[in-house]
Amino acid sequence: MKAIAEGLFTDETPARLIGGKDRETGRIVFPCPTAPTYEPVPLASEGTLWSYTVQRFRPKSPPYAGPEAFAPWVVAYVELPGQVIVEARLNDVAFEDVKVGMPVRFAPSPLNPDLSDSPYIPAYVPVAGGAA
Amino acid sequence: MSGDVCIVGIGIHRFGRTDGLSGVDQGVYAVREALADAGVEWPQVQFAYGSSDAAGNPDTMVDRLGLTGVQFINVRNGCAAGGSALFSAQMAIKSGEFDLGLAVGFDKHPRGAFNALPSEYNLPDWYGEVGQMVTTQFFAAKIMRYMSLFGISQKTLGMVAEKAFRNAVHAPHAWRRQPVSLEEILEAPLVSDPYTKYMFCSPAEGGVALILASEKKARELGKPLIRLKAATMRTRPPASFEVFAPSIDVVADDSRPRGTASRIASADAYRLAGIGPGDIDVAQLQDTEAGAELMHMAENGFCADGEQEQWLAEGRTEIGGALPVNTDGGCLACGEPIGASGLRQVYENVVQLRGDGGGRQVAAKDGSAPKTAYSHVYGAPGVSAVTILER
Repeated sequence: MKAIAEGLFTDETPARLIGGKDRETGRIVFPCPTAPTYEPVPLASEGTLWSYTVQRFRPKSPPYAGPEAFAPWVVAYVELPGQVIVEARLNDVAFEDVKVGMPVRFAPSPLNPDLSDSPYIPAYVPVAGGAA
Repeated sequence: MSGDVCIVGIGIHRFGRTDGLSGVDQGVYAVREALADAGVEWPQVQFAYGSSDAAGNPDTMVDRLGLTGVQFINVRNGCAAGGSALFSAQMAIKSGEFDLGLAVGFDKHPRGAFNALPSEYNLPDWYGEVGQMVTTQFFAAKIMRYMSLFGISQKTLGMVAEKAFRNAVHAPHAWRRQPVSLEEILEAPLVSDPYTKYMFCSPAEGGVALILASEKKARELGKPLIRLKAATMRTRPPASFEVFAPSIDVVADDSRPRGTASRIASADAYRLAGIGPGDIDVAQLQDTEAGAELMHMAENGFCADGEQEQWLAEGRTEIGGALPVNTDGGCLACGEPIGASGLRQVYENVVQLRGDGGGRQVAAKDGSAPKTAYSHVYGAPGVSAVTILER
């Protein structure tokens, strides 16, 4: 699995997102800035949905680098308790079942599922059996 | 300087799409209209602040207006550009250095959604490659969170859009001047849930000009005194939720809306004007999407979070309501030429205070024209500008 950019995911299996912890204040941001004042830290694998929308039209290219064929997707803001709220896709869920507060788990997905060597992007899926 | 800064002349080039006219052309048109309205000639104008985001440098218009050597400063400040130009213009008069000046804004954007690149916002390229460099995602996610916290329904979002198009019927400068039924608004295709296509404004074209004068100068000109009691511009506080945010801070109590630049700019404007939200007769609030108008009602102090559902049901923000909001149809019906949009709100407020609103005129309780008017813009990356006018 190749991430769409360096320094986004940890090398372990399953991978985690990498955030940046401000060495002075302890504030965590995502992605980890390149400045030396930030220390890369792995982010929690599970969190809850803070807010969301559905992207219903194909974004303009550039900068969008996804496949020409377009299918709507869920844009999610996921709260990782005590760390940070991150923006990513939410997969494997019917749009009408998405609810603020539902538990989700990190599961990167290919930007273009039809390509075997597609880069992977930050994404979550509902936690199976979650209280959503 | 003693007394207030006053708005003595207003001009507008209609918003929407005007093929064959550049953004600057539309700005020049508005300036000429404002000069005529004020009864002054271009050589009398001592300074100008001009805002444009995508249509070139405003100061190039001196070619057309006359090479008088006038001081002319260009302003770019996201969606708060027009508000920032006005703020700067009033400061120039307040300083005592000048008596008469111009704030002008215009723009001309390509069709379709704004096309931003990550590098312009200090973001990594991958953020755009995955399809997150899309402003509508932020606006939709912000209202989705707000709806889940305060029980706002999608129907109420539709009612905001319905009101916008209904008001715009009576605004000659508006773009979309046909009423659209609530049913059609709610059943239209979704752009970004929960918003259908009628609930988002579109990038557009247009120009607005305001002539400002010291109170002494305004009296000399014999104009009715429309006083600029407050003009503020502010940036975001910590832990706010803004457009193009790959991450947001976690906070201890997340059951309230986050702090915003709007809340800061608003509180400061009330302080400067020495009045509160209950004293405002008419308001123009940034409504780039239907939910923005609702959230901005609370962020500007007009109602508590969650009261909007009832306000709309009772018609309180209609032309004949207790606080008419976006009397010319706002951004939803006028579109958003970024450099001109904030000045359009002030233009509309001057029209209302003068009693020139025709079919969209707001009446105070005694039947006369309103005494106080409020305007508010918000934009990326967390900027806001507010004005309060009084007559």
